[in-house]
Amino acid sequence: MKKFLLALLFVPLTAFASEGNIHLDKAPINLNDYGSLQRGARIFTNYCLSCHSAAAMRYSRMEDIGLSKDQIKNNLMFATDQVGNPMTISMTPDEAKLWFGAAPPDLSVEARARTPDWLYTYLRSFYRDDSRPTGWNNTVFEKVGMPHVLWSLQGVQHLKEPAEGEHGAPDFTLVHPGKMSPAEYNAMVGDLVNYLTWMAEPAKTTRLELGVVVLLFLGLFFILAYYLKKEFWKDIH
Amino acid sequence: MSTMQKLVGWIDDRFPLTSNWKTHLSEYYAPKNFNFWYFFGSLALLVLVLQIVTGIFLTMNYKPDATLAFLSVEYIMRDVEWGWLIRYMHSTGASMFFVVVYLHMFRGLMYGSYRKPRELIWIFGMFLYLALMAEAFMGYLLPWGQMSYWGAQVIISLFGAIPVVGDALSTWIRGDYVVSDATLNRFFAFHVIALPLVLVGLVAAHIIALHEVGSNNPDGIEIKKHKDPVTHIPLDGIPFHPYYTVKDIMGVVVFLMVFTAIVFFAPEMGGWFLEPDNFIPANGLKTPEHIVPLWYFTPFYAILRAVPDKFMGVVAMGAAVVIMFFLPWLDRSKVKSIRYRGNLYKTILTLFVISFIGLGYLGTQAPTAVTTNIARVLSIIYFAFFLLMPWYTKIDKTKPEPERVTG
Repeated sequence: MKKFLLALLFVPLTAFASEGNIHLDKAPINLNDYGSLQRGARIFTNYCLSCHSAAAMRYSRMEDIGLSKDQIKNNLMFATDQVGNPMTISMTPDEAKLWFGAAPPDLSVEARARTPDWLYTYLRSFYRDDSRPTGWNNTVFEKVGMPHVLWSLQGVQHLKEPAEGEHGAPDFTLVHPGKMSPAEYNAMVGDLVNYLTWMAEPAKTTRLELGVVVLLFLGLFFILAYYLKKEFWKDIH
Repeated sequence: MSTMQKLVGWIDDRFPLTSNWKTHLSEYYAPKNFNFWYFFGSLALLVLVLQIVTGIFLTMNYKPDATLAFLSVEYIMRDVEWGWLIRYMHSTGASMFFVVVYLHMFRGLMYGSYRKPRELIWIFGMFLYLALMAEAFMGYLLPWGQMSYWGAQVIISLFGAIPVVGDALSTWIRGDYVVSDATLNRFFAFHVIALPLVLVGLVAAHIIALHEVGSNNPDGIEIKKHKDPVTHIPLDGIPFHPYYTVKDIMGVVVFLMVFTAIVFFAPEMGGWFLEPDNFIPANGLKTPEHIVPLWYFTPFYAILRAVPDKFMGVVAMGAAVVIMFFLPWLDRSKVKSIRYRGNLYKTILTLFVISFIGLGYLGTQAPTAVTTNIARVLSIIYFAFFLLMPWYTKIDKTKPEPERVTG
């Protein structure tokens, strides 16, 4: 009975798998790889940050990934000159709705809402679909409102319709090569998603490091607490 | 007389400091045979204090405004010194409060702690449980994410199922026709001041009632029956302080190890403590695919969905909580503790635990025809545990209780 109940305490660790049917590739996340995070920041500020905001994120926070204030100012800021400002955009949600049909979501915590794997697969799964107003569709996000912003880098993909009852990764063919090879493109999206993941919780690496210290402290504290209890209780029979 | 003794004497002439210290700590005699299950009462108090302290600091930076709330939480996570730690402690604390309280209540079930003369302790505890549910429900709206918003929308709309006054009642609760800024503001008021006051008051009543009659123990026998003829101290009792204070410190450290492991390494707990959809700002025009209350409400949510009629479902859900209040009078067994009960009770209690956890799981899943039928069976077991209790506790073959506590 006791064991059964203890086992139940740990059930939450294994549950809540991601939604069934969509095949997701594993995103190469490494929050300690500053090179990758900085490359991702460049892609993000150049390609994403004109339609998507990241209103919870201040430019200056990028000092945490090894950039100086001047580097941030000179290379990554296009909409403001105050390095302490948040990453907002000038397009209003109403305009966005008019132009895209739906306002592009703020990306501050998108990686926590969607998961890094989802983003990594999504950004590599745009394909040509003339039935859509933008000319683009996506296997991860069907009838997506966003056009393929990175198409000049990836090139143009077509989707081979899956056979009845077929599952697994969708079958894309690159009909127009882009500026990058598929391997380069995957690595670039990997960097971008790494950056988005870092941006969703900039304190995460601090949290993980501090957690080890706190648990070590509590471990030592437990030894003291255990012997204190033992000492007091030695007369109780 | 030392200065310290003089000071205490000065206070004692004006305020019952020493006598309260004695009544509740140094001369409160608790049974010496408390086991693992007896840690959770003091742990619940610890979590309450943690929630109040972290809550105060969150309140300093949180904005109860529909246009600012979501971003103010992210501001706490990023720009407030140690804000992420305070916020994760509070969000983890909410779930851990229920973990601790459920284990504390289960201890009461196993050892018959609700039985005479402790009926009022149980009743106060049940009110605490109700207040805690309201506190958690209203607190969950404050981050103003999609799950905050739609969870509140679904739960408040349940009041709409009440005939005649339902719609007016749910509008009155929301202060609007949908969950909105007005709802957020009033939930904030309830969450940070009204319900915490109720909780603290009830905790005081719970503990005063406990110290009036004395603690139960794993043997379910009264230690006050055997007192030392000279000192009138129960022979099986030991002073709460220092014995149980030092023992509880040990329990606190172990609990904090689990708690901080979650805070630092898995604050989302795989989506159980912080749901992915709650990282999307509330949007009244976009319903999430799958609206689920947080895990600690899902057993009751599953009962609600198991009943085909919406109003009857709401009644069943309410009854599932209210019926627990009557436990002291439903149990007719000659013994209190599971140690001396027969196999019938043990089997039924096990079935009850399975039904509660099973319903909790089903409440988190999208319903299908099969799982709805399973939820129906589990709901019947849940209610049967209470409704048939007068009968099965009476016919159950019990073992004789010992005179004095065993190890």
